[in-house]
Amino acid sequence: MKTHAGLGLLLAAFLVPGTAAADDIVVGSKIFTESYVLAELAAQTLEASSTPVPVVRKLGMGSTGILFESLNSGAIDVYPDYTGTLAEAILKTPQLKSVAQIRAALLKMGIAISEPLGFNNTYSLAVKEDFANAHGLVKISDLGRLRATIRCGFSYEFMDRQDGYSGLAGRYRLGIDSAHVNRMEHSLTYQAIDQHAVDVIDVYSTDAKIKKFRLRVLEDDLHYFPSYQAVWVARTAFVDRYPAQWRALRQWEGRIDQDRMQDLNAQVDIDKRNVTEVAAGIRGTTADAPTAAAQIGRRTLEHLWLVGVSLAFSIFVGIPLGILAARHRRTGQVILTLSAITQTVPSLALLCFLIPVFGVGAKPAVAALCLYSLLPVVLNTFTGIRGIDPRHLENAKAFGLTPRQILLSVILPLASPALLTGIRTATIVSIGTATLAALVGAGGYGVPIVSGLSLNDVPTILTGAIPAAIMAWVAHISFNLLGKIVIPAGLQAS
Amino acid sequence: MLVLEHISKGFDGHRVLSDVSVSVPTGATHALIGSSGSGKTTLLRITLRLIDLDQGMVKIDDRPLSTFGPEAWADQIGYVPQDGGLFPHLTGQQNVALVPKLRRWKAQAIQARLAQLQTLVALESSVLQRYPHQMSGGQKQRVAIMRAAMMDPPVMLLDEPMAALDPLIRSTLQQELKAIFQRLGKTVLIVTHDLGEAVFLAEQITLLHEGKVVQSGTFRELLLRPADAFVTAFINAQRTLPDPEGPR
Repeated sequence: MKTHAGLGLLLAAFLVPGTAAADDIVVGSKIFTESYVLAELAAQTLEASSTPVPVVRKLGMGSTGILFESLNSGAIDVYPDYTGTLAEAILKTPQLKSVAQIRAALLKMGIAISEPLGFNNTYSLAVKEDFANAHGLVKISDLGRLRATIRCGFSYEFMDRQDGYSGLAGRYRLGIDSAHVNRMEHSLTYQAIDQHAVDVIDVYSTDAKIKKFRLRVLEDDLHYFPSYQAVWVARTAFVDRYPAQWRALRQWEGRIDQDRMQDLNAQVDIDKRNVTEVAAGIRGTTADAPTAAAQIGRRTLEHLWLVGVSLAFSIFVGIPLGILAARHRRTGQVILTLSAITQTVPSLALLCFLIPVFGVGAKPAVAALCLYSLLPVVLNTFTGIRGIDPRHLENAKAFGLTPRQILLSVILPLASPALLTGIRTATIVSIGTATLAALVGAGGYGVPIVSGLSLNDVPTILTGAIPAAIMAWVAHISFNLLGKIVIPAGLQAS
Repeated sequence: MLVLEHISKGFDGHRVLSDVSVSVPTGATHALIGSSGSGKTTLLRITLRLIDLDQGMVKIDDRPLSTFGPEAWADQIGYVPQDGGLFPHLTGQQNVALVPKLRRWKAQAIQARLAQLQTLVALESSVLQRYPHQMSGGQKQRVAIMRAAMMDPPVMLLDEPMAALDPLIRSTLQQELKAIFQRLGKTVLIVTHDLGEAVFLAEQITLLHEGKVVQSGTFRELLLRPADAFVTAFINAQRTLPDPEGPR
């Protein structure tokens, strides 16, 4: 048995973590275009500052919770967020309105925020430019004049949120006929308004499609919507340690207005320009995006690492558990039930559960992958061993073989086809599931897939999806070859 | 000499064996016969030390089973399971060499013993390179006998050696088996439900019924002086009967 070589590999895998060195500055972002652009801007700004420090980009890590947790744990140093989001999702006190109030509250948690960068990415209502001109619409209160005829296309979220349509209609006393208020999928509302199927839709005020579809965002003249001012968020420890870098980031305060941000989003979403180039454009410089080959190479290593560690775990833990389950009926039921339950937890939910335990980055991703790859290995080991003709086991005992000799010379070889099937399934499932690791900042092929999805950029998605498919295919072929070597010839021919 | 002495065994309060005694002198071949449920398989498993007995004793050459370690006991009894019981993942040779290898025999010693036994059971060496699924029923039996004899045990124990073979091969192998036993010079116990097989291979027969010995003796004795009506019924139930004056 090559147990020792395998254990060494497992140890090596844990000793070469995918996290950045202590002296790097790590910039994070959420999974939508604007967050990518701002984070890339921050990264380039830091790289260009007078005392350059190596910068690591962890873009498209996930939602607010993950980013904030990463910031707290030190997995990232800085990321862009919005005042309204910080007040609601982090401070859980949406009544905090001003930047100063929010800053004071965050400071108690050891978190610093910059002044607003200059735009407010809030909910808003928009109408077509020509429609606005025809009816003289500038402010939301102007809509009251059209209450009898105007047709609305609102997203489900906007209709359901506390700070959505119902509150808005009350505040502005809009009195729009409810028969004219259509609930629809947000992405379809743009098509609907473009084809004059509806007259007014809800938008995010910096959405790139506002420009594309020639929409006018109506002014929230009664200040109904909460303010979502974009700011840099960092730990105070970071601000103290890198004052020059923090100053460099703060040069963008008040310099990116709503039109500018709409335009930047449009450059990425509609003109399909690279985030690196667009961010460089803000700084008035040019930057070359990293070559696709270099990125794929790095992500392949990250992906292999994720899959390799979980695979090693599933082999060294799953096979013994499967053997245990096959030997002891009661323990076996417990083991099988637990591993089956693990499998039914949706991968995103599992990642969420693991973040409080492992923080963000490679650890929760590896932990999730380990748990997912466990069931196929345990179950196949169990059924493989249970499927062995009991007479072979009794004969082995009659020949005077010790339990250990029976395990190594009879049980494992006879169960080897099933064992290999389990490991093969675990590997291929891992290669697929590991793409979700990008959501917690663990890297891998999921990074271009997640960012491509949020940027609506198919070529980028493919730079992750195709290598992942190739990796799964190579794994499949490798296991066929491995089967010819590992499975005893006497079990293959029949 | 193999002695099973006053053996009793029960499962969950149900008596399977009651005071069963069988004695096989050194070099003799003895058949333990009975229909299914007679307790013969339980007795076989007790002899192989796969299950414990409640009362009684198993002895080889006056040494009780309990004084041997599991490995040492296994080396005292060469076991030929039903249908040969070869491990499907091993070639014939690997099957035969499995136990000596685990006992850390030198490769040379294994080869020498293999060659010796191969001649004894009249098996072509090419067969030993095959996997069980590539062998005929008769070949499997010969390989299984080689495996059982590998550690040179004083006693051989065979479970239904002919059950899975077709009649023609059966009659050929039966003759050869007898010759092989003679060449090996072992004390042999055959467990079977087949009277023809028992009569042909064994000098002495023990008939087991509902966990008790009904009668022990030569076939002639069983036929001419049956202990009770069951013995006659059992003999008559067998379709083909050899000449009572002796085997063909």
